[in-house]
Amino acid sequence: MDRRNFLLGASALSVALASRTAFADPSTPPRVLLLVELKGGNDGLNTLIPYGDPKYRELRPAIGVPREKVIQLDEKVGLNQKLEPLMESWKARDLAIVQGVGYPYPNRSHFRSIEIWDTASASSQTLSVGWVAQAFKGATLTKGAGVDSIVIDTNALPVTGPELRTIVMQDAENFLRAAQSVKDTSGMQDGGNPALRHLLDVRHEVNAAASSLRAKLHDSAAPAYAYQDPAFGRQLDLATRILMARVPVVAIKVALNGFDTHANQVPTQERLLGILASDLAVLRKNLIAADLWKNVTVLTYSEFGRRARQNASGGTDHGTAAPHLVMGGGVRGGLHGVYPSLGDLQDGDMRYSVDFRTVFSTMAQGCWGLRNDFGVRQPQRLELFS
Amino acid sequence: MSVLLDRRRFLGSAATAAAFLSIPRLVRADQAMGFDEARHLLSRTSFGPVPQDVQTLSSLDYGAAVDRLLANPRRVALTPAPGWVNEGLKHVREEQREAVEKLQAARAEKKPPTGIVRPIEEQGRELRNWWVEEMLVTDQPFVERMTLFWHNHFTSSLQKVRFAPALYFQNALFRREALGNFATLLKAVARDPAMLIYLDGVRSVARQPNENFGRELLELFTLGEGHYSEADIKAAARAFTGWSIDPNSGAFADHVQQHDGGEKTFLGQTGRFGGDDIIAILLRNPHTAETIVRKLWLEFVSLKPDPEEVKRLAAVFRTGGYEIKPLMRAMLMSPAFRDPANRGGLIKSPVDLIVGSVRVLGLPVPEKTGLVRMMQGLGQVPFDPPNVKGWAGGESWISTYTLLLRQQFLRRMVEATTVSSMDGGMMMNAGAGRPNRRADRKQPAPGDPAMVQQAEQKPIEGRSLRSAGSEAKLGPVLAGIDQQMLLRTLLPRAPIDGVDVTSSPGTVVASAMFDSAYQLK
Repeated sequence: MDRRNFLLGASALSVALASRTAFADPSTPPRVLLLVELKGGNDGLNTLIPYGDPKYRELRPAIGVPREKVIQLDEKVGLNQKLEPLMESWKARDLAIVQGVGYPYPNRSHFRSIEIWDTASASSQTLSVGWVAQAFKGATLTKGAGVDSIVIDTNALPVTGPELRTIVMQDAENFLRAAQSVKDTSGMQDGGNPALRHLLDVRHEVNAAASSLRAKLHDSAAPAYAYQDPAFGRQLDLATRILMARVPVVAIKVALNGFDTHANQVPTQERLLGILASDLAVLRKNLIAADLWKNVTVLTYSEFGRRARQNASGGTDHGTAAPHLVMGGGVRGGLHGVYPSLGDLQDGDMRYSVDFRTVFSTMAQGCWGLRNDFGVRQPQRLELFS
Repeated sequence: MSVLLDRRRFLGSAATAAAFLSIPRLVRADQAMGFDEARHLLSRTSFGPVPQDVQTLSSLDYGAAVDRLLANPRRVALTPAPGWVNEGLKHVREEQREAVEKLQAARAEKKPPTGIVRPIEEQGRELRNWWVEEMLVTDQPFVERMTLFWHNHFTSSLQKVRFAPALYFQNALFRREALGNFATLLKAVARDPAMLIYLDGVRSVARQPNENFGRELLELFTLGEGHYSEADIKAAARAFTGWSIDPNSGAFADHVQQHDGGEKTFLGQTGRFGGDDIIAILLRNPHTAETIVRKLWLEFVSLKPDPEEVKRLAAVFRTGGYEIKPLMRAMLMSPAFRDPANRGGLIKSPVDLIVGSVRVLGLPVPEKTGLVRMMQGLGQVPFDPPNVKGWAGGESWISTYTLLLRQQFLRRMVEATTVSSMDGGMMMNAGAGRPNRRADRKQPAPGDPAMVQQAEQKPIEGRSLRSAGSEAKLGPVLAGIDQQMLLRTLLPRAPIDGVDVTSSPGTVVASAMFDSAYQLK
């Protein structure tokens, strides 16, 4: 961490300078980033399908999506038909699909790889601060709000760090009711006990966040359109309420579970893609109705894609690069990046064409006007924002 | 239940007396470890702990107490096994299919699905309750703590396995070897039907090996990240091909015709390896013992493993042939474990918190589903770890969300005025229709007439501590103990928010349990 900070010392300074101006500039209003983690490793090949490539059929004789079931986007690739609800966004040109997102020396462990993503680290580097928190290092956040990011999931790593006040919750009403009984911990000593330190910090966060949220959520309206999935939809419903209440957060995180399809993949992945697409489509309608769509950017991500060749169990094992979705009123729709070649696999896996840190870097700039290349030496330019 | 609790304490005190008789007068008074160290030892090796147990231990010499803890580990659960544990896989799946069809038919005809039980879900519920029951009534809580440790190391989940008998037998294996031998355990786990289903070993064949088990074996069960290559995973996966289960019974079956008998190179060694050869190589590698010791340290000692001590203890473990007892003895005797600075240095897991609080309060809980639901809310359902890495534990137990939920549950326990409120109540109200909150068949939904009836039930126990002026409300475990002693039993360190020890014993117990220090052990 220290060495990294030292190396990045110069660029950190420019971040601080850039951020002050960007946040003060009313012509680029800050956007809230809505992170959608697809847990378990979503199979990119059956999400954005290279239907025109004969190698696809060869690698996936049993689980490949038949050509007639692909929603063709151009002459090479098309969407899984379960993603049909997103076509409205695609046609309105506010859905971008970034192809081949991954990183060099890919790690195929769920835990390690999501840690790499969440902390925007190199494959060989272990960091403990989340990438969103890193982006805000040295930046000035809106004062007066007790909370900077809200995680409606269990994994808060991307927004974990001293720069951000993050709270994890499943349900706003319960959170507020329960928070009333927790006394503030200002000035309390931990006596060098890290477990106690953690407890006191969490208590402090609860207090600060509750007082901010209570005021904001109190009079806010309900979303216009109902979400469908009882789990994922509920998370998006809370996210929508937070956005509509204009709680000044920089990021909200939700998650959809179950993408680790080692066996009998097709029904599982289709069900999950269906949930993802229909509720993201509802989110878009709600935010357009509330005139907030231009202030929000949705980004999906997953620890890895899956092996190009299907396995013997009708599933796929852990792989590497995969496509990801970026949606929002300020997003430049269309395909971005290059689909990894199925004729040039490395150990049976696709070679990434877009480093995920470039995507994060683009988000930091496009959402918050912050510059951070997350240690990528020759960052590509992605035109994800219009 | 109150009968059961009494029986347990009766058995407990009988055993205690016997142990005292067997070591008469060997302990001089100046070797007695005292109350606070006894409390520390028990807070890490039992649930609760309850004052009587601390008191009993406090007059012993520390080493003698550790020896007693390890002397005769219970290898079989006290609680009788659920009735269905010998049902076969095919049978359970057929019954499940029939139940699902009946449910669909009922739904199509718009009839209430009364009396239709899906065996997979129902057995899962009973299995979780069975283990929670065992944790509550066992005379050897340390064995249950170790069993839980192995469950969190060699994870398997009901959600994926969907066959409760296999998880019951896996749990029995973890208990049998809880303080037994790690090498024995590892070999048995590789053939364990629940594990074979959980990590797709059942689908791994020579023609196309499935890497799931091989990967987790190296990354999580033995060497740890960074001590192997992708090629080693592929070689291990090939070596385990053929280890599968019988489709009828669900028992382990070695399908030799599916085994890849070819040559493999694994961690620099080459041979026609099978599963046991891979395990033997892993057991010769020093990283394996270090992985286990580091995890045990985080579970039993502190949030910050001391690398030198980990190396030392790992050597004890490996050279001792992976016997678990001497390792645990060395760990519990280590200066770090006994360092007073480490008291209160761990965060209670949800199981710790719930089981421990029920034991300390002596609450009657005839039906365990409510307790399991609390554990679920706090992020630790027995038999359902979130993923193959298990519960991350440590600081991650406490987030802004779970801290508040913990307070809510403790309040409910402390103010438990009826048996029914212990069994459902808050979680049911708050969690209805929520993600990850599976509705329980036995718990009526809000708005259901049965629910209203339950809510109106008259207080049976009258045990609320909120307005407790009388000691009777403290229950048998805490009654008759003075306020100072109650505080020293309940908290590992000075209270954080302050507890007024001049108030009534009931109020002291309530304030101590609401104090943040109660989250620590």
